[in-house]
Amino acid sequence: MPERVELTVNGRPVVVPAGSTVAVAIALVGAACRNSVSGEPRGPLCGMGICFECRAVVDGKPYCRTCQVPCRSGMEINTDE
Amino acid sequence: MKVVVKKSQFEVLVIGAGPAGLAAAACAAECGVTVGMVDDNPAPGGQIWRGESAKTSSVAARWIGRLQAAGVQVFCGTRVFHQPEPGRVLAEAEDDLFELSYQKLIVATGARELFLPFPGWTLPNVMGAGGLQALVKSGLPIAGKRVLVAGSGPLLLAVAAYLRQHDAEISMICEQASRGSLARFGFALLGQPGKIRQGFSLRKQLARIPFLSGSWPVEARGNKTLEEVVISQGSNGQTRTVACDYLACGYHLVPNTELAEHLRCEVRDGLVQTDDQQQTSVPGVFCAGEPTGVGGLELALVEGQIAGLAAGGRGESARKLFGERGNLRRFARALDRTFALRPELRSLPRPDTIVCRCEDVTYARLAHHTSWRGSKLQTRCGMGACQGRVCGPATRFLFDWSPDSVRPPIFPTRLENLSAIASSHASD
Repeated sequence: MPERVELTVNGRPVVVPAGSTVAVAIALVGAACRNSVSGEPRGPLCGMGICFECRAVVDGKPYCRTCQVPCRSGMEINTDE
Repeated sequence: MKVVVKKSQFEVLVIGAGPAGLAAAACAAECGVTVGMVDDNPAPGGQIWRGESAKTSSVAARWIGRLQAAGVQVFCGTRVFHQPEPGRVLAEAEDDLFELSYQKLIVATGARELFLPFPGWTLPNVMGAGGLQALVKSGLPIAGKRVLVAGSGPLLLAVAAYLRQHDAEISMICEQASRGSLARFGFALLGQPGKIRQGFSLRKQLARIPFLSGSWPVEARGNKTLEEVVISQGSNGQTRTVACDYLACGYHLVPNTELAEHLRCEVRDGLVQTDDQQQTSVPGVFCAGEPTGVGGLELALVEGQIAGLAAGGRGESARKLFGERGNLRRFARALDRTFALRPELRSLPRPDTIVCRCEDVTYARLAHHTSWRGSKLQTRCGMGACQGRVCGPATRFLFDWSPDSVRPPIFPTRLENLSAIASSHASD
């Protein structure tokens, strides 16, 4: 297994240690995960898949709880930026 | 794309792979029955052992080793969302849909943090205490970051120690419980040698970090992300502003009882009711760990073993664990009393403070309602993606509301999976 994984968040490349979750990759590029219904930027709250605040689009799939999804090489993540 | 429903049968099915679930699954499988285990997280271990491979923690390693040796089939990254009939549950994974049949079921769904609304709590980098720890366990770099740890309960000390080990700068720990109630808790610890050792080792790791009792965050501030936190200090309402990168704030734990409720197990005062053998009010359905009462790692392991032995058909041999369970439960109730929430926390939200984060429902819009149901219908509070898992316990504390009965799907589920189930039934 590679020690580092490269993926993109909103088109920007980011490298994370293997085993990191997508929420971590999003935090590393400084993006919010989603905008709330009234337009506030939001990031992870519970870190364990309960609160849905960290949801984003992972390889085209919407509403993924990024704190529960391990990063894979070449993943494309899109947040509500 | 057509979804195929993958079907499996087990004599015992365990939902949740934290300490209670691991112990239950291993003990049941060692009785010689077929065991399956389902967990939402990427790997077994639950929140307390998140990110720990079989090598890094001796207790975790022992249980994961026993699980593997006993041949338990583990479904990670998989959520149970519906039980269409007793003996059969449906579960969703990233690319899979499972129909899992069972004779005995063990609910070991753990707990989540209690989050209380206050101005600014929706800013990015304001997280749960366990929440930030989980993110760091999942790879978030924390070295050199300024972290304020706040809220209530023994988790705060464990989180602060963990973050410090990873070179975070812990500015302080704010515990809402009073010094007096913490001192009484010190007496309760005397009956618990293991807990005392834990307490001493934590205190050593936390040396030179200010610990404030009777203190809590009243506001988080920042432009787009957290910059500073205002904390209350002392009984006369003094406040102080602390600059920080992260606020790790949780007010102890709330049991995850949604699945047990969906299975129609009796739940009283937010806790799943069980008998000596950890069996719920529904015959053949057992429950172990936090859903029966928040009690921590050791109690979860003991209840899990009892439930596993009972479900595996060796309930008699579980009797030797009853004494230990009783002691640990008494300790857990002392914890509840020590960290009972002070009423001042009810007045933290301002009228424009968001209470329901999924639907952005403010305190002012909720304050004139008299029930959870009424507020849901009128404001959409609790109708969003988390299905009230965050704002439900918060409004229970703020307004004394009780949530409605749980309805399937108990977790947001992809439409193609719901339609696949419908069509598989049509072709049966």
